[in-house]
Amino acid sequence: MRSIIDILDLSVAELDELLAVATDIIAQPDQYRDACAHKKLATLFFEPSTRTRLSFEAAMYELGGNVLSVTGGATSSVAKGESIADTAKTVSCYADIIAMRHPKEGAALVAARNASIPVINAGDGGHCHPTQTLADLLTIYREKGGFDGLTIGLCGDLKFGRTVHSLINAMSRYHNIRFILVSPQELKLPSYVKNDTLKKYGLPYTQTTDLQELLPEMDVLYMTRVQRERFFNEEDYLRLKDTYILTPDKLRNAKQDLCIMHPLPRVNEISVAIDDDPRACYFKQVLNGKYMRMALILKLLKEAAL
Amino acid sequence: MNIDSIQNGIVIDHIKAGSAMELYDLLGLDALDVSVAIIKNVSSRKMGKKDIIKIDADIPVDLDVIGYVDPGATINVIKDGLLVEKKTLSLPQTLTNVLKCKNPRCITSCEQELDHVFRLTDEAKKLYRCVYCETKAN
Repeated sequence: MRSIIDILDLSVAELDELLAVATDIIAQPDQYRDACAHKKLATLFFEPSTRTRLSFEAAMYELGGNVLSVTGGATSSVAKGESIADTAKTVSCYADIIAMRHPKEGAALVAARNASIPVINAGDGGHCHPTQTLADLLTIYREKGGFDGLTIGLCGDLKFGRTVHSLINAMSRYHNIRFILVSPQELKLPSYVKNDTLKKYGLPYTQTTDLQELLPEMDVLYMTRVQRERFFNEEDYLRLKDTYILTPDKLRNAKQDLCIMHPLPRVNEISVAIDDDPRACYFKQVLNGKYMRMALILKLLKEAAL
Repeated sequence: MNIDSIQNGIVIDHIKAGSAMELYDLLGLDALDVSVAIIKNVSSRKMGKKDIIKIDADIPVDLDVIGYVDPGATINVIKDGLLVEKKTLSLPQTLTNVLKCKNPRCITSCEQELDHVFRLTDEAKKLYRCVYCETKAN
């Protein structure tokens, strides 16, 4: 049974296919209104989430399907000590596809290995979040017209930011990509991402702690939140959380067609004064996420029916 | 120093000097109720110094564990005092329940029944990563 745990589970050809389907859904949504009629999506969210869960559920409803939802471990059998493996086997009896978020890294893989239906990883701790990357890719694709030759700035928590790792992995497969990595020393991109992706594929990158220095060179600026839930030490979180705050003043030297992205929720990394700037694409990203989740659900359910 | 030759059992030879105890622990040889000899720092023409483990019983040994600790080691199977099989090793592609993932955020930290599985991700650096969270083994 095909599941999507990591963005690299999808080939470049499959990403192209998903982008094409999502674009078609945007162009003619009525054609997809009953595409998943009588199918059920189970959303198993063992960690707080607003947009990802709602995005999956909205995606399924717009495809004509239904949703079974579990939110928070406290109200599920997991609170009674049920294993993820047993939960996945049980839910497989009720639903046709699972979207799962869990605070522990690797939880979605465990679910996928035990479920008899497709599992989509909706975030497993600080590890992977492939559907956020699908949203990011569609946003870049629509805003920049493609991927090749882009200079992508990634700013904020590059250590625990799973969306950053997934986006780097996904973008590494396109041509002439350059990364600018902006973070405090304590939240630098982990060496395994640098070694296994950037260095392995010979991708040029620059590391800096100064956002404004290289901002004029960026085609895309991907801001991230410093996530309280990833720290064991509250003091470290408080010290680092406000390191980068994007304001209109800082954008003065940025490109006119810069694409400003953020996986949301934001705290204060991007001033609300930027929201009306045409370069702000983070709410478009939210909408694009729904379309890509629709495309992915369609693809996995079609494959499962074969 | 003399160690009696064995009649039926296994000799793990050409172990990198200093690695025999790690191998002894990971193979769980302390739980065996048979004679086990650990010979350290034996002179070797090829290696300078080497370690040897002799197990006085024909028991199954986990070749993945030996390959992980020292892919250069050789396994000699002895029957009736004669060498009947010689095995050479390579780095195993996966290790199951040989290493423990130490990442407190990994799913293996809370789901006790899960196997701890590591995958070889860089042969040149002998680098293994947890299949669940991708944390490297150390």
